[in-house]
Amino acid sequence: MTFLSHLISGISLGSIYAIIALGYTMVYGIAKMLNFAHGDVIMVGGYMSFIAMIYFGWPPLLSILFAMVVCTVLGILIEQLAYKPLRAAPSLAVLITAIGVSYFLQNAAQLIFSANHKSYSSVVPFGSLRLFNDRLIISGTTIVTIIVCIVIILALNTIVNKTKIGKAMRAVSEDKDAAQLMGININKTISITFAIGSALAAVAGVLLCSAYPILMPTTGAMPGIKAFTAAVFGGIGSIPGAFLGGILLGIIEILGKAYISTQLSDAIVFAVLIIILLVKPTGLLGKKVLVKV
Amino acid sequence: MKYLRLRSKIDNWLTYGLIIVAYIVMRLLIAGGNISSTLQGQLVPITAYIVMAISLNLTVGVLGELSLGHAGFMSVGAFSGVITATLLTDAIPMTWLRLALAMLVGGLFAGIFGFLIGIPVLRLQGDYLAIVTLAFGEIIKNVVGTIYLGYDANGIQVSIENNTLQLGEGGKVILNGPKGATGITKLSSFNAGFILILITLFIVLNLINSKSGRAIKAVRDDKIAAESVGISIWRYRMMAFVTSATLAGAAGALYALNYSAVDAGKFDFNKSILILVFVVLGGMGNIRGSIIAATVLTVLPEVLRAFDEVRMLVYAIILILVMLVRNNKTLRQLFQKIGIRRRNSLSNNKEGDET
Amino acid sequence: MRKHMKPRFYLTLIVALVLCLAMLAGCGDKGTKKADDKQAETSDDAAPIKLGGIGPLTGGAAVYGIAVQNGANIAVEEINALGGMQFKLNFQDDEHDTEKSVNAYNVLKDWGMQILVGTVTTVPCNAVGPESYNDRIFTLTPSASSPEVVEGKDNVFQMCFSDTNQGIAAAQYIQEKDLGSKIAIIYNNSDAYSTGIYEKFSSEAEAKGLEVVSTTTFTEDTANDFSVQLTEAQNAGADLVFLPIYCPPAALILAQAKDMGYKPAFFGVDGMDGILELENFDTELAEGVMLLTPFVADATDDLTVAFVEKYKDLHGEVPNQFAADGYDSVYAIYEALKDSDVTAETPASDLCELLIGIFTSDDFVFNGLTGDNMTWSKSGEVAKSPKGIVIENGVYVGID
Repeated sequence: MTFLSHLISGISLGSIYAIIALGYTMVYGIAKMLNFAHGDVIMVGGYMSFIAMIYFGWPPLLSILFAMVVCTVLGILIEQLAYKPLRAAPSLAVLITAIGVSYFLQNAAQLIFSANHKSYSSVVPFGSLRLFNDRLIISGTTIVTIIVCIVIILALNTIVNKTKIGKAMRAVSEDKDAAQLMGININKTISITFAIGSALAAVAGVLLCSAYPILMPTTGAMPGIKAFTAAVFGGIGSIPGAFLGGILLGIIEILGKAYISTQLSDAIVFAVLIIILLVKPTGLLGKKVLVKV
Repeated sequence: MKYLRLRSKIDNWLTYGLIIVAYIVMRLLIAGGNISSTLQGQLVPITAYIVMAISLNLTVGVLGELSLGHAGFMSVGAFSGVITATLLTDAIPMTWLRLALAMLVGGLFAGIFGFLIGIPVLRLQGDYLAIVTLAFGEIIKNVVGTIYLGYDANGIQVSIENNTLQLGEGGKVILNGPKGATGITKLSSFNAGFILILITLFIVLNLINSKSGRAIKAVRDDKIAAESVGISIWRYRMMAFVTSATLAGAAGALYALNYSAVDAGKFDFNKSILILVFVVLGGMGNIRGSIIAATVLTVLPEVLRAFDEVRMLVYAIILILVMLVRNNKTLRQLFQKIGIRRRNSLSNNKEGDET
Repeated sequence: MRKHMKPRFYLTLIVALVLCLAMLAGCGDKGTKKADDKQAETSDDAAPIKLGGIGPLTGGAAVYGIAVQNGANIAVEEINALGGMQFKLNFQDDEHDTEKSVNAYNVLKDWGMQILVGTVTTVPCNAVGPESYNDRIFTLTPSASSPEVVEGKDNVFQMCFSDTNQGIAAAQYIQEKDLGSKIAIIYNNSDAYSTGIYEKFSSEAEAKGLEVVSTTTFTEDTANDFSVQLTEAQNAGADLVFLPIYCPPAALILAQAKDMGYKPAFFGVDGMDGILELENFDTELAEGVMLLTPFVADATDDLTVAFVEKYKDLHGEVPNQFAADGYDSVYAIYEALKDSDVTAETPASDLCELLIGIFTSDDFVFNGLTGDNMTWSKSGEVAKSPKGIVIENGVYVGID
């Protein structure tokens, strides 16, 4: 029973990683860039929903919507101001710019919201689920996190595979130049990808803070790095891969803590990652890159 | 070909010249007593960062593989260097010799780690390689932070995770888990840093311009073509990677022995990124650029202290703007109009993949 | 295109570099010159004594540095308003980093610092302490609590409890009051403070015959999910969980324990203070939590009430223990110096010897926000008695 409860904690943590990883992987798939500022957009999402709920007194759902709108606008703004001018630049230049954006967001958040930690109220209105005479207790936040994660992955899959914009995304990710020749507006497609990724970041922020209710300017940093790892784990650029990678990472982290060592849990997570990549050099579900001779 | 060789030679001498002139200027300033404590205190870290940047440039610029865990090698070098220096306190009274040995051991250990890590890392490519270096960096940080190491008359004792050291009379704890190493005898000096930079330049520039260097660049530009003409990809990639790690280790030892205390948490992902920023800003494969960028970006946050609480915000904005101006054609032309007319000069063009 | 651009780019970079260096090199001169000017203007006793402060004002630990800075500033303002001896505080950011901390120290030295209030966090303090020891600048750290901070340095003093004393005091307290029979410990093993208290606590608990049934850790990077640690404590049957950690992870632990339906007694140390002041914190979660701390913001003595009110006015937040430590540090220096004839011209080294003499003398007793009748040992550790506090109905209540 203890194992089961650890497993559920792992899936819950992993669901949050998965939602963040989706943002990384979509942007990577389309724009071929590692957006290291993604974790900090999560933090902004957390603060925005906090402000809406506590300062404005709005109901949770409206607050989440507010956070999503703000983050979407922020995501598009970042893309237009910082990344778009670098479309033709080497990918490392964009990576460094993204890091600059990340520093910027963290420091701006500290100046605006103060460095003091804030205690987040969970957006989940109901309590824990008690099973087997209280031997297995699953918190409401955990249940909602897992459900939301599944809903998001299904919705995203539909968007990417069934809609026109999804088709455009796939085309741009496959071959930018060819896509442009076919009349696809590359800039618009990339902007929309950023918009979706940032909206997802807002949801991730809300869920992260609901599950672990302390909010500070560096809240997004570490989950951001872990989720990036998860995205690579699953095969960066692949949406089901990000989901699988996120969930697995969460489970490994929790089980590593539970059965090996709480001190070295991070080392364990990263060691497993290395081993997996050695066996599957492009991640679990990543496409094998064929090199033309 | 002859012309190219001449040009790269002139270029290398320019790089050496830059370092030597900078050193002489600093020495004159110090001798004249015209130097602030702030700048003087930064000299050793600047030299360490320059070596870090040059060594990472070898991996990122010359070898063409993104490494996000360079601080891990710095960490290995730093702590093995500190341990060496502390253990040798009584045996070797000359501080310069102890420092040199510490840097040597630091470099050696980091090199060994570089080799061991290189075995799995270099089987991968692109962003997957990058993430594995990140993973190793994090593992090193995590593990070093749990090591307790001390010595007494009976020898060295090590324990992991929990402090179970049973040190006798006169024993000393060198590594104290998350507290890191404290009470380090400071050995590093500006002179030592200067010499380390010269050695680094000598190694790296000679490597780049040697037959092996050309092989490494051939591997970077086209693995398959390189392999088809009989270049052993693995060997040359490993050569660049291990050299890079070794130099980073020596720089780590220099860096750590400049402070009385150092902890494992210092050498984290952010530190790796910081060094990567030096390299990218200075230009991939461009050694002189790395030197200048490392210096400017190390001094910059101190200069920005005038901005008080918005200091790091300004730093972030400068970083973004520099990247934009440097890499965007329109912005660059705009700056060109208002800026100084560009000169035509003998400049290096070692940049490979970003034209 | 690129190739042509490069010379100009480097030119710009080099110009920027030269400017930076010129500014830095100039800083020292300007700093001292400015100070000279000031001293020339006001050669009477009105020239302020220069206090330097170092702590994290940006980055993950900013909350602690900013609190110390705010608290110390209030003390300086109050003291200056009294007339008589004047202080000027220059507080520099160190980002909780040894390298930046030494940089900040050098900046302050260039400025002409006479006394150092800092640094706020332990590891940077271990790097700065030896510098100030060599330069003979008196150093009073508000909150760097590790014993290594003061070890072997006669000029470094602590305003907070040392980790050693906290660990021992907590074990003693738990044993004397019989608070729990089976103890679980959750600590942060990437943090010097937390590990320091844990080590002393665990050896003292063993000596006192307390039964520790579970010891688990977390790191800065894994300070999100505590389900594993709590489950282990619960399965081991712990009825008291000892948390030698800061309040943000403690708040997470309380919330997750509640979700799990695990209800042991929780016992914290001074890092736990401020938990009720977390914005929007559900105080119900902390009901019954005990902690040993020298300062709580809703104490009713006049000094605390006045300080808290002023702090709230200025910063819109309730001060935590770090703010109180900063405030006390400045006042302790003031109390030590107020009867002397030191001025802005007294060399730092003279001030250092004088202050060491006063702080270690038997007659010097300091009463402040963080304790009454504080005295300092030769080694630099403070002696004061921690207060046992329990949280009842959302407020701190003294246990005794």
